[in-house]
Amino acid sequence: MVAAIKQPGWIRGALGAALGAALGFALVIVLREISGLPTFQTEQTGYPHVVVPLVTGPLGFLLGFGCFDYWLRWAVGQPTIPEDHSQHGAHSWKDYFRFNTDHKVIGIQYVVTTFFFFFVGGLMAMLIRAELAQPGTQIVDAATYNSLFSTHAVLMIFVFVIPVFAGLANYVLPLMIGAPDMAFPRLNALSFWMLPIAGLLFIGSFLAPGGAFDTGWTGYAPLSTGAPLGQSFFNLGVQFAGASSIATALNFLVTIITMRAPGMTFWRMPLLVWANLSTSLLVVAATPFIAGVQFMVLFDRALGTQFFEPLGGGDVVSYQHIFWFYSHPAVYIMMLPGFGIISEVISTHARKPIFGYRLMALALIGIVVLSYSVWAHHMFVAGMFSWLRVPMMITTLLIAVPTGIKIFSWLGTLYFGKIHTYSTAMLFALAFIVTFTIGGISGVMLGMVPIDIHVSDTYFIVAHIHFVLFGGSVFTIFAGVYHWFPKMTGRMYDEKLGRVHFWGTLFGTWLTFIPMHWVGMDGMPRRVADYATQFGEWNLLISFGAFILGACQLVFLYNMVVSWRYGPRAEANPWRAKTIEWQVSSPPPVFNFDEIPRVVGGPYEFGVPGARHAIMAGDSAEAPAPAPAQTTTVASP
Amino acid sequence: MMGRLPIAKMLAATIALTVAISAVMLPIDWNGQGASTAAPKIDQLLSVMIVLSAFVFSLVMVMLGYALWKFKAKPGDESDGEPIHGNTRLEIAWTVIPTVIVLFGAGYSWAVLNDIEESTKDSMTVDVFSQQFAWSFGYPGKGNAYSEGELHVPLDRQVHFKMHSLDVIHSFWVPEWRIKKDNVPGITTTAIVTPDKPGAYQLVCTELCGFGHSTMRAKVIVEPPAKFREWVAGLKETVPDAYLETIKQDTETDPIGLGAGGA
Repeated sequence: MVAAIKQPGWIRGALGAALGAALGFALVIVLREISGLPTFQTEQTGYPHVVVPLVTGPLGFLLGFGCFDYWLRWAVGQPTIPEDHSQHGAHSWKDYFRFNTDHKVIGIQYVVTTFFFFFVGGLMAMLIRAELAQPGTQIVDAATYNSLFSTHAVLMIFVFVIPVFAGLANYVLPLMIGAPDMAFPRLNALSFWMLPIAGLLFIGSFLAPGGAFDTGWTGYAPLSTGAPLGQSFFNLGVQFAGASSIATALNFLVTIITMRAPGMTFWRMPLLVWANLSTSLLVVAATPFIAGVQFMVLFDRALGTQFFEPLGGGDVVSYQHIFWFYSHPAVYIMMLPGFGIISEVISTHARKPIFGYRLMALALIGIVVLSYSVWAHHMFVAGMFSWLRVPMMITTLLIAVPTGIKIFSWLGTLYFGKIHTYSTAMLFALAFIVTFTIGGISGVMLGMVPIDIHVSDTYFIVAHIHFVLFGGSVFTIFAGVYHWFPKMTGRMYDEKLGRVHFWGTLFGTWLTFIPMHWVGMDGMPRRVADYATQFGEWNLLISFGAFILGACQLVFLYNMVVSWRYGPRAEANPWRAKTIEWQVSSPPPVFNFDEIPRVVGGPYEFGVPGARHAIMAGDSAEAPAPAPAQTTTVASP
Repeated sequence: MMGRLPIAKMLAATIALTVAISAVMLPIDWNGQGASTAAPKIDQLLSVMIVLSAFVFSLVMVMLGYALWKFKAKPGDESDGEPIHGNTRLEIAWTVIPTVIVLFGAGYSWAVLNDIEESTKDSMTVDVFSQQFAWSFGYPGKGNAYSEGELHVPLDRQVHFKMHSLDVIHSFWVPEWRIKKDNVPGITTTAIVTPDKPGAYQLVCTELCGFGHSTMRAKVIVEPPAKFREWVAGLKETVPDAYLETIKQDTETDPIGLGAGGA
């Protein structure tokens, strides 16, 4: 027992959590006693004896679990425990529940954890659609309904879409650039373990008096500054998810910049690496804004600051400016890594080099730059200074240009290729092009101020964001999971079940989200627990589509779980791809490479005679020079 | 490379598909009935965008469809595609043409925006008060006559709605007018509407404002000026002093011009 308490792990973690929470609780009580205040402050925005332990408890858990052990020893001058790499690799399922510094283990931890939250958030979506299937109130009351859609959105955004990309990249990216691990493995593990804390805070808010936070994922002040205690859970959950996200982005940046294998120049990086470089540039600069603004809300609630209280000199609209200065780039944080996945999948399964590789990379950077200058398009009717609308409209519409470049370049990649559609990953990639085009088109419409004035805050918005986030991001996530499943698990998944999942998901997505455009334009506002009876039939159809969509995800779950356990063994390179992660075994060795590979050419040299991307240890020594004449751009049509 | 593709046929297919989609979509009244001078202008912008979007969508579908039909690997074909890495002219084309299209869209939208927000001389002002979960209205030109839950405005006269919130953010939307504006605590925002069809409409709150959000509605009546004057004259109450106090404290977001160019 004593040994268990001394060892980092779950027992010490639980003890740390309990101690941390108790300390926070005691601190509040003691300070309030000293100040002569009533012991418990239970105004709905207050509850300091709950809010403070929500910070100290998780920190205690992280300390106890061992996230800071190495750094603490180093800081206090104790001999650090030498890294014997015993924390690397996973030999049994139990190893996934430990503080593990192996990027491959962390990648799987991320993907599994985030999919857990995907299913929880998905169940909430099913409840939402069940309630909305008919006008009137059937299943949940209006307040619970508001909590449900708020939590659904927050789970999907903060603990599914954003981190699942970090998880996939965690696994794949170091392998792709020929690195033995991420630049900061311990920081990497810490990043991961902050994530379940965020998710549990969001879900745990249902236990708070007054119910879960119910102000939407946007949490606009002053609705949020006056909301019940659950809102504070949201404010704090965002801090953990945000810190996790920022630390991972820093890790990616340093890894990509400093740990590329010899010969891996920027222009030889796979587009997935470019995509994560771009995403990380967004995360490190934008995420602090949402962290800051949620602290401001928390302080308004708990400490009586008046950032967003007009009577105290605060400014309500400024919340939205700060919030969207993060949350618009966040849309690209949720999309750019997916662009990277699509490039890998399409090039591999069309057996073709990416069409216009450099422009594809530059388009990513273009989106990064532009995405910082479009945030106020969420506020065309918010009462901000009206002159700001036109420049924001122009930048918003211009962002369609680099996005269009990507669509057309993927299409160009298909031409004169040998397109294989046996892989579910490729099916999702191709369907992504179609659904994302529709989402992009409605996005351009929303960018136009006069149209936006009419459809802003209606179901048209709900339709648009689900087309780009589900039809866009989630399709790319499925493509990525299917594509790298053999690499990550060493097993093949069942393509037949994959096809059922694919067609059901595609059909469900269209059936659910296309009619939402119509009811929105016709007058149905969003975020409503009830609606005018005229929209009843459409909503029944939408709910029907949503249930199909939901049911198909169970096929996916079954396929993943059963194939991971019983699927046929995967070869090293089942898709015959060129990038480095496919040149090592499936799953890769604990330290990725016996010898760091040497990169000698571009990542997508399909059909180029004699061309190679990388030379691995054990490859024959002679490195065939890539044929330069054929790797250059074709000059004329 | 492109010489080997049936460009003319693909373009023809794209245009045919564009025409087909437009023919199905344009006759539909997507935004529902229009009842303000802004409505036909916004609806026309939408129609133009539907045609442009249909073109872009058709182009993508034809390009994708042709590729899947023509370049699908035969069973057992393990070979690679042709090592084509790009085409500078094509890449320039699909950068420049979309830029031109979206800039056209931006210019057109800007013109529509200026048009629908242009102020006329004989406009009247109505104060809109919102609170969880009810609307009320004041008529400053009529001795601050006050109406709860029912908004009357005269036909064919521009109305400047001055939006006030007494608690959290709400948003004023009459779908038939196509106009929406948030009511924000601490500031006064403005929406300009010229109703041009008499009738009864519904004012909908579109900003999440709490558990009663979906029930926050008010009745809107557009009627001939004489009838409107009669109705206002019949209002017994005046705007509560507390409300007038908040108007005084609030700052006006756009004190000078509402047009997109003004400020």
